[in-house]
Amino acid sequence: MSAAPARTLELGRVGDPVRRSDGIPKVTGEFAYSSDLFAAGMLWGKTVRSPHAHARITDIDVSEAARLPGVHAVLTHEDVPGQKTYGLEFPDQPVLAFERVRYFGEAVALVAAEEPEQARRAAAAVRIEYEPLEPVTDMERATEQAPLHPDRPTMTHGYLDDPRPNVVRHMTIRHGDPDAAGEISVSGVYDVGIQDQAFLGPESGLAVPDGEGGIDIYVATQWLHVDRDQVAPCLDLPPEQVRIHLAGVGGAFGGREDLSMQLHGALLALHTNRPVKIVYNRQESFVGHIHRHPARIWCEHRATRGGKLVNVRMRILLDGGAYASSSTAVTSNAASFAVGPYAVTNALIESTSVYTNNPPCGAMRGFGAVQTCFAGEAQMDKLAAALRIDPIELRLRNALGPGDVLPTGQRIDGSLPVAEVIRKAAALKPPPAEELPREAIRLPGGAGNTTRGEGVRRGVGFAVGFKNICYSEGFDDFTAARVVLRDEGPAEIHCAAAEVGQGVSDVILQVARTELGRDDVVLAPSGTAHVGSAGSASASRMTWMAAGAVQLACRAALEERERRDSSDVDVERIYRHPRTTPLDPETGQITGERAHVAFAVAAMRVVAEVDVELGLTRIVWIGTAQDVGKAINPLAVEGQIEGGTAQGLGLALMEEIQTRDGLITNASFTDYLIPTTLDMPPVVSELVEVEEPSAPYGLKGVGEPPTVVSTAAIVSALRAASGRDLTRVPVRPDDIVGL
Amino acid sequence: MNRVKISVTINGESREADVWAGESLLNALRDGFGLPGSKNACEQGECGSCSVLLDGELVCACLVLAAQAAGHEVTTVEGLSGAEGTHRVQRAFVDAGAVQCGFCTPGLVVTTAALLERIPDPSDDEIREALSGNLCRCTGYAKIFDAVRLAAQP
Repeated sequence: MSAAPARTLELGRVGDPVRRSDGIPKVTGEFAYSSDLFAAGMLWGKTVRSPHAHARITDIDVSEAARLPGVHAVLTHEDVPGQKTYGLEFPDQPVLAFERVRYFGEAVALVAAEEPEQARRAAAAVRIEYEPLEPVTDMERATEQAPLHPDRPTMTHGYLDDPRPNVVRHMTIRHGDPDAAGEISVSGVYDVGIQDQAFLGPESGLAVPDGEGGIDIYVATQWLHVDRDQVAPCLDLPPEQVRIHLAGVGGAFGGREDLSMQLHGALLALHTNRPVKIVYNRQESFVGHIHRHPARIWCEHRATRGGKLVNVRMRILLDGGAYASSSTAVTSNAASFAVGPYAVTNALIESTSVYTNNPPCGAMRGFGAVQTCFAGEAQMDKLAAALRIDPIELRLRNALGPGDVLPTGQRIDGSLPVAEVIRKAAALKPPPAEELPREAIRLPGGAGNTTRGEGVRRGVGFAVGFKNICYSEGFDDFTAARVVLRDEGPAEIHCAAAEVGQGVSDVILQVARTELGRDDVVLAPSGTAHVGSAGSASASRMTWMAAGAVQLACRAALEERERRDSSDVDVERIYRHPRTTPLDPETGQITGERAHVAFAVAAMRVVAEVDVELGLTRIVWIGTAQDVGKAINPLAVEGQIEGGTAQGLGLALMEEIQTRDGLITNASFTDYLIPTTLDMPPVVSELVEVEEPSAPYGLKGVGEPPTVVSTAAIVSALRAASGRDLTRVPVRPDDIVGL
Repeated sequence: MNRVKISVTINGESREADVWAGESLLNALRDGFGLPGSKNACEQGECGSCSVLLDGELVCACLVLAAQAAGHEVTTVEGLSGAEGTHRVQRAFVDAGAVQCGFCTPGLVVTTAALLERIPDPSDDEIREALSGNLCRCTGYAKIFDAVRLAAQP
């Protein structure tokens, strides 16, 4: 742990460690999160959710609920004025369930009342008759069971037309000779549990009718414009009558890509002609958003005796749950990064996502690459052991670099310093082993005081993570920014980039100060009314895209001022990254120059201790090197690395949404554990800056690589310490003891 | 619904409110007294985002009934800033980069202030234990440790 932080700046330019512009309001409690909003005459909304994972709805009776004191509205699917379904990519999810429910916690009805407690009581009084149906809960059997979506909403979108029931997307990457033999082969089957984003700020927001039939929605989200585009058709309103405003966001991590209360709040507000606030509690939050896909991954790695990969064969199965969300993109991402940052001439990667009645899954930090990194890196360790080659040396012998070709046929034409990142991480020196006896807080089991250290073993692990930066596969992605310069007063920047905590607001201000050469720059609140779409705060793309757009708009504003010889200018510009094209649906090969824009890599070294008698763990130290292109705000980059590492540690050791017959059994922070100060060790991070040629200032997104690599690296250390295979995350005490 | 009138000293000021008898102190602070700085991340005493001082004692406001706080003194994150501006713990969190989304921050700031009141120069293990009841999902805690050490500097 460092002694004291480097001096931070208030008004930094690109490359400076900058103090957050929203820091003071956040530490004093003044910052308004989406759950802090109030409006005069406001009602409280509450969502009535399904207690079944799969059931037919035979009757809904709202009469008793509607008669309760303080109740202003009780709505069902019959009250949805426009399109009855919505979705991030495919409109397969009902705004309010009709005919049947497909997952535990699916929204069926809405109530609005004067007081929160009245709304809760009214929600409990809505009588819904269900006829339970057999739930589809085993992802391996889903393709043999009755279809949950007989209309096959994700087919005919350029993907392979798979006739099996419940397939969301199936794809295969065939590279070289998929049957090529090696001199040695290792195999394994790996499982990943359902992880939750567990952002601390619950889903919440305020919908305010404008008196002219339109609606203003103040909400914590990741992509304002795509929210609007999903909300408007369901309300039967033109998009301009739906204005989405970014309220304070208490973390996101992918979990706010899909709608939560936006449509529900708007329906209640338009129906009652009153502002309506909805705030989920933690239990509702756990069922109210999508999760990271659980996965089962079958692997076979073939190599020469000299340790060169010859052929990587993997089959990836992802449980998408009841609705598509972003499962199709996760399926492809898992496949694209399955081999890791290694050059291999032959590969066969099959990736499938399925519909089930389990909790819906979609985007979470790492987006498919987390699951395959865990499996692939376990295989690399296994191969190193079989070959008796040092695991770091094995990775270096296969390290991908500029000019190499990926299994999709895409040539690496940007920066990708894999070998340098591996060497830098490997050179970080872990602390020496601690002597016994020692304080309980520094032993596995910690303050539980479970051991004096007799059964404690130490191990060192290593892994490398690899992922794309920006959206892929032909998605026409862009970010708009607007710059207003006036005779007097500060320069004003408009950009709808969602500040979710990652610090993109400061990036925007740094870029504007740098480009305009002045300190007095302000960022207008994010909304859909005054600037075009910024795209999503996802895929490690927001810093790149916002920096690109703001840079472009600032330069255009200065030129405009010069050209017109006027001090008042107002320009909006749209930034696009290099275009991508889809993968071939039959072969998984690129159909143009690239399917992915750019790549980033991180390597991590971990020291762990396990108590082999009790199965308890303690992560002692983490050292990591990450390919960041160019750090725009080094303080924020370190924060992303440390925080992203903690989320990967959570998946490795403790985080799993547990289900029984599709019902979530641990929807609380009592039963779903996330890392605390007692679980997180110090993280030493080294930033490797090799500029990305296609990005503004040579930067790369930094949010996801640490989460991709840390689960794999931590379990590698646990294997070294325990001597067990540990093929499943989260690792349970039983797995370490071998029960 | 049964309602009760309560009188509480909040951040040094005597305040009165009419609350539902089942209301938590957290909801009363946020909705009744207009002090939304204490946060509602779990509302069941697991996350520490609603940490406040009740008669100087660190508590989760979500686990205290508003009616139980009647006649007592409550200090919230809003009350830590005084006439001389922000509290040193608040400044340290900003300077150290310990704030990201910030939803856990008010609770951590109150908890840290209580820790430094008790132990002015805590060791890493003492910080680790004192902050273990406050969940943060963004930072991985490294910069929060930095902030506590920075605030503890004389």
